[in-house]
Amino acid sequence: MRNNRFFVVNRHAFVLIFALFSFVSINAFANTENVHSDSTQAQVNHTDSAAHGNAHAAGHGEEEKFNPSELILEHIADSYDWHLWGHTSIHLPVILYTDKGLEVFSSGKFNHGHDVYAGKNNYKIEHNHIVIVDAAGNVDEAASKKVLDFSITKNVASLLLSVTLLIIIFLSVASAYRKTEGKAPKGFQSMIEPVIIFVRDEVAKPNLGYKYGKFMPFLLTIFFFIWMNNMLGLVPFFPGGANVSGNIAFTMVLAVITFIVINLNGSKAYWGHIFKPHVPLWMYPLMIPVEIVGIFTKPIALMIRLFANITAGHILILSLISLIFIFKSALVATVAVPFAVFISVIELLVAFLQAFIFTMLAALFIGMAIEEPHADH
Amino acid sequence: MTGSIAAIGAGLAAIGAGIGIGRIGGSAMEGMARQPEAASKIQAAMIIAAAFVEAVSLFAVVVALLGN
Repeated sequence: MRNNRFFVVNRHAFVLIFALFSFVSINAFANTENVHSDSTQAQVNHTDSAAHGNAHAAGHGEEEKFNPSELILEHIADSYDWHLWGHTSIHLPVILYTDKGLEVFSSGKFNHGHDVYAGKNNYKIEHNHIVIVDAAGNVDEAASKKVLDFSITKNVASLLLSVTLLIIIFLSVASAYRKTEGKAPKGFQSMIEPVIIFVRDEVAKPNLGYKYGKFMPFLLTIFFFIWMNNMLGLVPFFPGGANVSGNIAFTMVLAVITFIVINLNGSKAYWGHIFKPHVPLWMYPLMIPVEIVGIFTKPIALMIRLFANITAGHILILSLISLIFIFKSALVATVAVPFAVFISVIELLVAFLQAFIFTMLAALFIGMAIEEPHADH
Repeated sequence: MTGSIAAIGAGLAAIGAGIGIGRIGGSAMEGMARQPEAASKIQAAMIIAAAFVEAVSLFAVVVALLGN
Protein backbone atom coordinates (compact mmCIF):
# COMPACT_ATOMS: atom_id res chain seq x y z
CA MET A 1 0.00 0.00 0.00
CA ARG A 2 2.67 2.41 1.10
CA ASN A 3 4.68 2.02 -2.09
CA ASN A 4 1.69 2.17 -4.35
CA ARG A 5 3.21 3.30 -7.59
CA PHE A 6 0.40 5.66 -8.48
CA PHE A 7 0.90 7.64 -5.34
CA VAL A 8 4.64 8.10 -5.14
CA VAL A 9 5.46 11.68 -4.27
CA ASN A 10 6.17 13.04 -7.75
CA ARG A 11 2.97 11.76 -9.19
CA HIS A 12 1.22 12.86 -6.09
CA ALA A 13 2.57 16.34 -6.46
CA PHE A 14 1.55 16.37 -10.10
CA VAL A 15 -1.96 15.26 -9.26
CA LEU A 16 -2.24 17.87 -6.54
CA ILE A 17 -0.97 20.77 -8.63
CA PHE A 18 -3.19 19.71 -11.51
CA ALA A 19 -6.13 19.58 -9.19
CA LEU A 20 -5.25 22.97 -7.76
CA PHE A 21 -5.77 24.59 -11.13
CA SER A 22 -8.81 22.59 -12.02
CA PHE A 23 -12.18 22.31 -10.38
CA VAL A 24 -12.24 22.87 -6.63
CA SER A 25 -14.63 20.11 -5.64
CA ILE A 26 -12.91 17.53 -7.80
CA ASN A 27 -9.75 18.55 -5.97
CA ALA A 28 -11.44 17.69 -2.72
CA PHE A 29 -12.52 14.28 -3.90
CA ALA A 30 -9.18 13.42 -5.48
CA ASN A 31 -7.36 14.31 -2.31
CA THR A 32 -9.74 12.26 -0.25
CA GLU A 33 -8.70 9.35 -2.41
CA ASN A 34 -5.00 10.07 -2.09
CA VAL A 35 -5.30 10.24 1.63
CA HIS A 36 -6.89 6.88 1.95
CA SER A 37 -4.55 5.17 -0.44
CA ASP A 38 -2.28 4.87 2.53
CA SER A 39 -3.89 3.40 5.57
CA THR A 40 -0.64 2.85 7.42
CA GLN A 41 -0.72 5.23 10.31
CA ALA A 42 2.48 4.23 12.02
CA GLN A 43 4.85 7.01 13.01
CA VAL A 44 2.15 9.62 12.79
CA ASN A 45 3.88 11.68 15.37
CA HIS A 46 6.93 12.11 13.18
CA THR A 47 4.96 13.49 10.28
CA ASP A 48 3.47 15.90 12.71
CA SER A 49 6.84 17.44 13.31
CA ALA A 50 7.33 17.58 9.53
CA ALA A 51 4.31 19.82 9.30
CA HIS A 52 5.92 22.30 11.59
CA GLY A 53 8.97 22.94 9.55
CA ASN A 54 11.32 20.13 10.46
CA ALA A 55 11.08 17.89 7.45
CA HIS A 56 13.06 15.23 9.28
CA ALA A 57 11.64 12.98 11.88
CA ALA A 58 12.93 13.98 15.26
CA GLY A 59 14.71 11.23 17.09
CA HIS A 60 15.29 9.21 13.95
CA GLY A 61 18.69 9.38 12.33
CA GLU A 62 17.65 8.78 8.74
CA GLU A 63 15.63 11.15 6.68
CA GLU A 64 12.00 10.28 6.25
CA LYS A 65 9.96 11.06 3.17
CA PHE A 66 7.19 13.59 3.73
CA ASN A 67 3.95 11.68 3.50
CA PRO A 68 0.93 13.96 3.05
CA SER A 69 -1.57 11.12 3.49
CA GLU A 70 -0.25 10.28 6.93
CA LEU A 71 -0.08 13.92 7.93
CA ILE A 72 -3.63 14.69 6.84
CA LEU A 73 -5.10 11.55 8.35
CA GLU A 74 -3.36 12.27 11.63
CA HIS A 75 -4.76 15.80 11.67
CA ILE A 76 -8.36 14.83 10.98
CA ALA A 77 -8.27 11.86 13.36
CA ASP A 78 -8.95 11.88 17.06
CA SER A 79 -5.94 11.65 19.38
CA TYR A 80 -4.97 11.24 23.00
CA ASP A 81 -3.01 14.50 23.21
CA TRP A 82 -3.93 17.95 22.03
CA HIS A 83 -1.06 19.30 20.00
CA LEU A 84 -0.10 22.93 20.72
CA TRP A 85 3.11 23.75 18.82
CA GLY A 86 6.42 22.10 17.98
CA HIS A 87 6.82 19.25 20.43
CA THR A 88 4.46 20.70 23.03
CA SER A 89 1.10 19.11 23.56
CA ILE A 90 -1.50 18.88 26.27
CA HIS A 91 -1.66 15.35 27.62
CA LEU A 92 -5.32 14.50 28.03
CA PRO A 93 -6.47 11.94 30.56
CA VAL A 94 -6.92 8.33 29.51
CA ILE A 95 -9.82 6.54 31.18
CA LEU A 96 -10.06 2.82 30.55
CA TYR A 97 -12.36 0.16 31.90
CA THR A 98 -10.81 -3.29 31.66
CA ASP A 99 -11.33 -6.69 33.25
CA LYS A 100 -9.08 -5.59 36.07
CA GLY A 101 -11.12 -2.48 36.81
CA LEU A 102 -10.99 1.22 36.15
CA GLU A 103 -7.73 2.78 35.08
CA VAL A 104 -7.04 6.52 34.89
CA PHE A 105 -3.71 7.98 33.81
CA SER A 106 -2.27 10.78 31.69
CA SER A 107 -1.65 10.14 28.02
CA GLY A 108 1.79 11.68 28.56
CA LYS A 109 2.79 8.26 29.92
CA PHE A 110 2.74 7.00 26.32
CA ASN A 111 5.34 9.59 25.31
CA HIS A 112 3.60 10.22 21.93
CA GLY A 113 2.99 6.52 21.36
CA HIS A 114 6.62 5.46 21.84
CA ASP A 115 6.35 3.98 25.33
CA VAL A 116 4.38 1.19 26.94
CA TYR A 117 2.54 2.23 30.09
CA ALA A 118 2.46 -0.41 32.81
CA GLY A 119 -0.70 -0.07 34.85
CA LYS A 120 -2.88 -3.04 35.75
CA ASN A 121 -2.09 -4.19 32.22
CA ASN A 122 0.57 -3.00 29.80
CA TYR A 123 -0.96 -0.43 27.46
CA LYS A 124 0.31 0.92 24.20
CA ILE A 125 -1.11 3.13 21.44
CA GLU A 126 -1.35 1.23 18.19
CA HIS A 127 -2.97 2.87 15.15
CA ASN A 128 -4.48 5.55 17.38
CA HIS A 129 -6.14 2.99 19.64
CA ILE A 130 -5.10 1.79 23.05
CA VAL A 131 -4.22 -1.91 23.05
CA ILE A 132 -2.98 -4.30 25.72
CA VAL A 133 0.47 -5.76 25.12
CA ASP A 134 2.23 -8.59 26.93
CA ALA A 135 5.68 -8.44 28.48
CA ALA A 136 7.35 -9.16 25.14
CA GLY A 137 5.54 -6.25 23.50
CA ASN A 138 3.12 -8.31 21.40
CA VAL A 139 -0.47 -7.10 21.11
CA ASP A 140 -2.97 -9.23 23.02
CA GLU A 141 -5.92 -9.10 20.61
CA ALA A 142 -8.48 -10.82 22.83
CA ALA A 143 -7.77 -8.64 25.86
CA SER A 144 -7.59 -5.46 23.74
CA LYS A 145 -11.11 -6.02 22.45
CA LYS A 146 -12.46 -5.98 26.00
CA VAL A 147 -10.98 -2.56 26.82
CA LEU A 148 -13.69 0.08 27.11
CA ASP A 149 -12.12 3.42 26.28
CA PHE A 150 -13.79 6.44 27.95
CA SER A 151 -10.77 8.70 27.50
CA ILE A 152 -11.10 12.45 27.26
CA THR A 153 -9.61 12.55 23.78
CA LYS A 154 -9.04 15.68 21.71
CA ASN A 155 -12.53 15.47 20.23
CA VAL A 156 -14.16 15.00 23.62
CA ALA A 157 -12.22 17.91 25.10
CA SER A 158 -13.20 20.11 22.16
CA LEU A 159 -16.81 18.98 22.53
CA LEU A 160 -16.80 19.92 26.23
CA LEU A 161 -15.27 23.27 25.31
CA SER A 162 -17.98 24.02 22.76
CA VAL A 163 -20.69 22.95 25.20
CA THR A 164 -19.22 25.28 27.84
CA LEU A 165 -19.05 28.13 25.33
CA LEU A 166 -22.65 27.56 24.28
CA ILE A 167 -23.84 27.48 27.89
CA ILE A 168 -21.98 30.72 28.70
CA ILE A 169 -23.30 32.45 25.56
CA PHE A 170 -26.90 31.40 26.01
CA LEU A 171 -27.09 31.92 29.75
CA SER A 172 -25.70 35.45 29.34
CA VAL A 173 -28.07 36.19 26.47
CA ALA A 174 -31.01 34.75 28.40
CA SER A 175 -30.20 36.89 31.44
CA ALA A 176 -29.88 39.92 29.14
CA TYR A 177 -33.49 39.36 28.09
CA ARG A 178 -34.52 39.41 31.72
CA LYS A 179 -32.61 42.66 32.35
CA THR A 180 -33.65 44.56 29.22
CA GLU A 181 -37.22 43.33 29.17
CA GLY A 182 -39.32 45.44 26.84
CA LYS A 183 -36.26 47.31 25.56
CA ALA A 184 -34.11 46.92 22.46
CA PRO A 185 -31.53 44.10 22.58
CA LYS A 186 -28.03 45.10 23.63
CA GLY A 187 -24.52 43.85 22.92
CA PHE A 188 -24.11 40.15 22.22
CA GLN A 189 -27.85 39.71 22.45
CA SER A 190 -28.28 41.62 19.18
CA MET A 191 -25.98 39.14 17.45
CA ILE A 192 -27.79 36.01 18.64
CA GLU A 193 -31.35 37.28 18.25
CA PRO A 194 -31.38 37.52 14.42
CA VAL A 195 -30.01 33.97 14.17
CA ILE A 196 -32.72 32.63 16.46
CA ILE A 197 -35.36 34.56 14.49
CA PHE A 198 -33.83 33.15 11.31
CA VAL A 199 -34.16 29.57 12.58
CA ARG A 200 -37.72 30.28 13.70
CA ASP A 201 -38.93 32.03 10.54
CA GLU A 202 -36.95 30.24 7.81
CA VAL A 203 -36.64 26.75 9.26
CA ALA A 204 -39.27 25.99 11.88
CA LYS A 205 -42.38 27.87 10.74
CA PRO A 206 -42.42 26.87 7.03
CA ASN A 207 -41.81 23.20 7.82
CA LEU A 208 -43.67 22.65 11.06
CA GLY A 209 -46.64 24.98 10.78
CA TYR A 210 -48.40 26.14 13.92
CA LYS A 211 -46.81 23.38 16.04
CA TYR A 212 -43.32 24.86 15.62
CA GLY A 213 -42.98 25.99 19.25
CA LYS A 214 -42.63 22.45 20.56
CA PHE A 215 -39.62 21.76 18.34
CA MET A 216 -37.81 25.10 18.58
CA PRO A 217 -35.58 24.04 21.52
CA PHE A 218 -34.44 20.95 19.62
CA LEU A 219 -33.84 22.80 16.35
CA LEU A 220 -31.98 25.68 17.99
CA THR A 221 -29.85 23.26 20.00
CA ILE A 222 -28.70 21.20 17.02
CA PHE A 223 -28.22 24.34 14.92
CA PHE A 224 -25.98 26.16 17.39
CA PHE A 225 -24.23 22.98 18.50
CA ILE A 226 -23.25 21.99 14.95
CA TRP A 227 -22.35 25.55 14.04
CA MET A 228 -20.17 26.03 17.11
CA ASN A 229 -18.33 22.75 16.52
CA ASN A 230 -17.84 23.50 12.82
CA MET A 231 -16.42 26.93 13.63
CA LEU A 232 -14.12 25.61 16.37
CA GLY A 233 -12.89 22.99 13.92
CA LEU A 234 -11.81 25.75 11.53
CA VAL A 235 -9.57 27.44 14.10
CA PRO A 236 -6.15 26.04 13.23
CA PHE A 237 -4.51 26.42 16.66
CA PHE A 238 -5.09 25.26 20.22
CA PRO A 239 -8.66 25.92 21.38
CA GLY A 240 -9.94 24.68 18.04
CA GLY A 241 -8.47 22.35 15.51
CA ALA A 242 -10.26 19.19 16.59
CA ASN A 243 -12.31 17.64 13.83
CA VAL A 244 -15.41 17.13 15.99
CA SER A 245 -18.20 17.54 13.45
CA GLY A 246 -16.10 15.58 10.95
CA ASN A 247 -16.27 12.58 13.26
CA ILE A 248 -18.81 9.98 12.24
CA ALA A 249 -19.63 9.07 15.84
CA PHE A 250 -20.55 12.68 16.63
CA THR A 251 -22.81 13.03 13.60
CA MET A 252 -24.29 9.61 14.32
CA VAL A 253 -25.41 10.68 17.78
CA LEU A 254 -27.06 13.80 16.32
CA ALA A 255 -28.74 11.66 13.66
CA VAL A 256 -29.99 9.15 16.25
CA ILE A 257 -31.47 11.98 18.34
CA THR A 258 -33.16 13.34 15.21
CA PHE A 259 -34.43 9.84 14.39
CA ILE A 260 -35.98 9.54 17.86
CA VAL A 261 -37.58 13.00 17.66
CA ILE A 262 -39.03 12.27 14.19
CA ASN A 263 -40.49 8.90 15.09
CA LEU A 264 -41.78 9.72 18.56
CA ASN A 265 -43.78 12.55 17.04
CA GLY A 266 -45.04 10.54 14.09
CA SER A 267 -48.75 11.13 13.56
CA LYS A 268 -51.31 8.53 12.61
CA ALA A 269 -51.01 9.70 9.00
CA TYR A 270 -47.21 9.22 9.08
CA TRP A 271 -47.40 5.61 10.22
CA GLY A 272 -50.35 5.09 7.90
CA HIS A 273 -48.18 6.13 4.95
CA ILE A 274 -45.64 3.53 5.96
CA PHE A 275 -47.82 0.54 6.81
CA LYS A 276 -50.94 1.33 4.77
CA PRO A 277 -49.70 3.27 1.71
CA HIS A 278 -52.28 4.48 -0.82
CA VAL A 279 -51.39 1.92 -3.45
CA PRO A 280 -53.10 -1.25 -4.73
CA LEU A 281 -52.88 -4.15 -2.29
CA TRP A 282 -50.55 -6.26 -4.45
CA MET A 283 -47.87 -3.56 -4.18
CA TYR A 284 -47.76 -3.74 -0.37
CA PRO A 285 -44.93 -6.32 -0.22
CA LEU A 286 -42.88 -3.87 -2.28
CA MET A 287 -43.94 -0.57 -0.76
CA ILE A 288 -43.83 -1.38 2.95
CA PRO A 289 -40.15 -2.48 2.97
CA VAL A 290 -39.25 0.58 0.92
CA GLU A 291 -41.05 2.86 3.37
CA ILE A 292 -39.43 1.15 6.36
CA VAL A 293 -35.99 1.58 4.79
CA GLY A 294 -36.97 5.20 4.21
CA ILE A 295 -37.35 5.76 7.96
CA PHE A 296 -33.69 4.85 8.45
CA THR A 297 -32.14 6.41 5.35
CA LYS A 298 -33.21 9.93 6.36
CA PRO A 299 -31.07 10.15 9.53
CA ILE A 300 -28.26 8.15 7.87
CA ALA A 301 -28.17 10.75 5.08
CA LEU A 302 -27.99 13.49 7.71
CA MET A 303 -25.11 11.67 9.39
CA ILE A 304 -23.05 11.11 6.24
CA ARG A 305 -23.70 14.60 4.86
CA LEU A 306 -22.33 16.48 7.84
CA PHE A 307 -19.43 14.08 8.36
CA ALA A 308 -18.29 14.06 4.73
CA ASN A 309 -18.69 17.80 4.18
CA ILE A 310 -16.63 18.83 7.17
CA THR A 311 -13.98 16.15 6.67
CA ALA A 312 -13.62 17.04 2.99
CA GLY A 313 -13.09 20.69 3.93
CA HIS A 314 -10.37 19.84 6.45
CA ILE A 315 -8.63 17.50 3.99
CA LEU A 316 -8.73 20.15 1.27
CA ILE A 317 -7.09 22.84 3.42
CA LEU A 318 -4.48 20.42 4.78
CA SER A 319 -3.56 19.13 1.33
CA LEU A 320 -3.10 22.68 0.05
CA ILE A 321 -0.69 23.38 2.89
CA SER A 322 0.99 20.01 2.27
CA LEU A 323 1.89 21.18 -1.24
CA ILE A 324 4.58 23.41 0.28
CA PHE A 325 6.24 20.42 1.94
CA ILE A 326 5.81 18.15 -1.08
CA PHE A 327 7.72 20.60 -3.28
CA LYS A 328 10.04 21.65 -0.43
CA SER A 329 9.85 25.21 -1.72
CA ALA A 330 8.64 28.43 -0.14
CA LEU A 331 7.59 29.70 -3.58
CA VAL A 332 4.71 27.24 -3.66
CA ALA A 333 3.43 28.94 -0.52
CA THR A 334 2.64 32.08 -2.54
CA VAL A 335 0.01 30.04 -4.36
CA ALA A 336 -0.96 27.52 -1.69
CA VAL A 337 -1.44 29.86 1.26
CA PRO A 338 -3.78 32.37 -0.46
CA PHE A 339 -5.70 29.47 -1.90
CA ALA A 340 -5.94 27.85 1.53
CA VAL A 341 -7.19 31.15 2.97
CA PHE A 342 -9.76 31.32 0.18
CA ILE A 343 -10.94 27.77 0.93
CA SER A 344 -11.04 28.62 4.65
CA VAL A 345 -13.39 31.50 3.90
CA ILE A 346 -15.58 29.15 1.88
CA GLU A 347 -15.45 26.75 4.84
CA LEU A 348 -16.86 29.51 7.07
CA LEU A 349 -19.87 29.53 4.76
CA VAL A 350 -19.99 25.72 4.70
CA ALA A 351 -19.87 25.64 8.52
CA PHE A 352 -23.03 27.75 8.63
CA LEU A 353 -24.65 26.05 5.65
CA GLN A 354 -24.19 22.52 7.02
CA ALA A 355 -25.64 23.53 10.39
CA PHE A 356 -28.54 25.15 8.51
CA ILE A 357 -29.09 22.15 6.23
CA PHE A 358 -29.01 19.68 9.13
CA THR A 359 -31.56 21.78 11.02
CA MET A 360 -33.63 22.40 7.91
CA LEU A 361 -33.83 18.72 6.97
CA ALA A 362 -34.54 17.71 10.57
CA ALA A 363 -37.40 20.24 10.59
CA LEU A 364 -38.57 18.98 7.19
CA PHE A 365 -38.61 15.34 8.35
CA ILE A 366 -40.35 16.25 11.61
CA GLY A 367 -42.84 18.30 9.58
CA MET A 368 -43.55 15.26 7.39
CA ALA A 369 -44.02 13.10 10.49
CA ILE A 370 -46.39 15.41 12.37
CA GLU A 371 -48.45 16.26 9.30
CA GLU A 372 -52.19 15.84 9.73
CA PRO A 373 -54.03 13.83 7.07
CA HIS A 374 -55.05 15.88 4.04
CA ALA A 375 -58.64 16.08 2.86
CA ASP A 376 -57.74 14.69 -0.57
CA HIS A 377 -56.48 11.37 0.76
CA MET B 1 -4.51 -0.34 -8.07
CA THR B 2 -7.41 -0.14 -5.66
CA GLY B 3 -6.57 3.46 -4.85
CA SER B 4 -6.84 4.61 -8.44
CA ILE B 5 -10.10 2.74 -9.11
CA ALA B 6 -11.69 4.25 -6.01
CA ALA B 7 -10.47 7.64 -7.22
CA ILE B 8 -12.22 7.10 -10.54
CA GLY B 9 -15.40 6.22 -8.66
CA ALA B 10 -15.16 9.36 -6.56
CA GLY B 11 -14.48 11.40 -9.69
CA LEU B 12 -17.59 10.02 -11.39
CA ALA B 13 -19.61 10.86 -8.27
CA ALA B 14 -18.23 14.41 -8.40
CA ILE B 15 -19.24 14.73 -12.05
CA GLY B 16 -22.75 13.50 -11.26
CA ALA B 17 -23.15 15.88 -8.34
CA GLY B 18 -21.70 18.72 -10.42
CA ILE B 19 -24.27 18.21 -13.16
CA GLY B 20 -27.08 17.85 -10.62
CA ILE B 21 -26.22 20.89 -8.53
CA GLY B 22 -25.46 22.90 -11.67
CA ARG B 23 -28.91 22.21 -13.04
CA ILE B 24 -30.55 23.05 -9.72
CA GLY B 25 -28.60 26.32 -9.46
CA GLY B 26 -29.27 27.24 -13.09
CA SER B 27 -33.00 26.60 -12.83
CA ALA B 28 -33.17 28.49 -9.54
CA MET B 29 -31.44 31.48 -11.15
CA GLU B 30 -33.90 31.37 -14.03
CA GLY B 31 -36.80 31.15 -11.63
CA MET B 32 -35.49 34.06 -9.58
CA ALA B 33 -34.94 36.21 -12.67
CA ARG B 34 -38.49 35.58 -13.81
CA GLN B 35 -39.98 36.07 -10.38
CA PRO B 36 -37.67 38.10 -8.13
CA GLU B 37 -40.31 38.36 -5.42
CA ALA B 38 -40.20 34.58 -4.93
CA ALA B 39 -36.38 34.60 -4.63
CA SER B 40 -36.20 33.65 -0.95
CA LYS B 41 -38.59 30.73 -1.34
CA ILE B 42 -36.74 29.49 -4.42
CA GLN B 43 -33.44 29.80 -2.61
CA ALA B 44 -34.58 27.70 0.35
CA ALA B 45 -35.95 25.02 -1.97
CA MET B 46 -32.75 25.14 -4.01
CA ILE B 47 -30.55 24.55 -0.97
CA ILE B 48 -32.63 21.57 0.13
CA ALA B 49 -32.57 20.02 -3.34
CA ALA B 50 -28.83 20.64 -3.60
CA ALA B 51 -28.32 18.99 -0.22
CA PHE B 52 -30.09 15.86 -1.44
CA VAL B 53 -28.04 15.70 -4.62
CA GLU B 54 -24.88 16.29 -2.66
CA ALA B 55 -25.77 13.50 -0.22
CA VAL B 56 -25.84 10.98 -3.06
CA SER B 57 -22.38 11.99 -4.20
CA LEU B 58 -21.09 11.96 -0.64
CA PHE B 59 -22.42 8.41 -0.27
CA ALA B 60 -20.42 7.51 -3.36
CA VAL B 61 -17.30 9.12 -1.90
CA VAL B 62 -17.70 7.31 1.41
CA VAL B 63 -18.19 4.01 -0.42
CA ALA B 64 -15.09 4.78 -2.49
CA LEU B 65 -13.15 5.45 0.72
CA LEU B 66 -14.38 2.26 2.38
CA GLY B 67 -13.68 0.22 -0.73
CA ASN B 68 -10.17 1.59 -0.81
